[in-house]
Amino acid sequence: MLKQTRISNKLRALRFARGEMTQAERAERVGVTRQTVIAIEQGRYSPSLEMAFKLARIFEVPLDQVFQYQEEDKNEQK
Amino acid sequence: MTFEEKNVWLNAGTTLGAFLVYLAVILGRTGAVPLVEVAYIAPLLWVIGASIAAVIFGNILMAIIWPREACQKDVRDREIERFGDYPGQIFIICGGVSAMILAMLKVNHFWIANAVYLCFVLSGLLSSAVKIYSYRRGIPSC
Repeated sequence: MLKQTRISNKLRALRFARGEMTQAERAERVGVTRQTVIAIEQGRYSPSLEMAFKLARIFEVPLDQVFQYQEEDKNEQK
Repeated sequence: MTFEEKNVWLNAGTTLGAFLVYLAVILGRTGAVPLVEVAYIAPLLWVIGASIAAVIFGNILMAIIWPREACQKDVRDREIERFGDYPGQIFIICGGVSAMILAMLKVNHFWIANAVYLCFVLSGLLSSAVKIYSYRRGIPSC
């Protein structure tokens, strides 16, 4: 059965917290289109590990502060 | 919308448009003669040729309108392209198998040619639909 990605991110929050960089500039630094950055931000596309590291480095934070993996059963986390 | 997504819409529109034109021409000729005796070869070759030319011309036109976007195919575009092409290949196989079976059954060549063309159309439309869905909603994971 097909299902959507369980990878969430805080790119939007980080972008607002550090409003100095536009989506277009970020896309250029990572080497993708602006639409891809938007898709990642909205959780419609899971980036490769390399792209995830690049995005985290742009904001100068560790990878796990940008991307989170949601467990299948949320009760297990409690 | 990325340049590649625009390309997918162009392919889908051209494929569907060409098929509808072909269907209209063939059905328009059926009044006097039975369907299998309709002169289908010239219209079929014309719509296939015209749709290929339309895709190439449309692509060039889009590259002129959006020159920066034309060179920006990224990893997501390539992933969506691959993901969309897989389901479309089902109809390519169906086309080959149906042509083989119809030939073995010695069915009129009208049906063989049209079955193959129909499968090409369905393949193109399914691929495009999956790609557009992936662009809009994301690539589903298994």
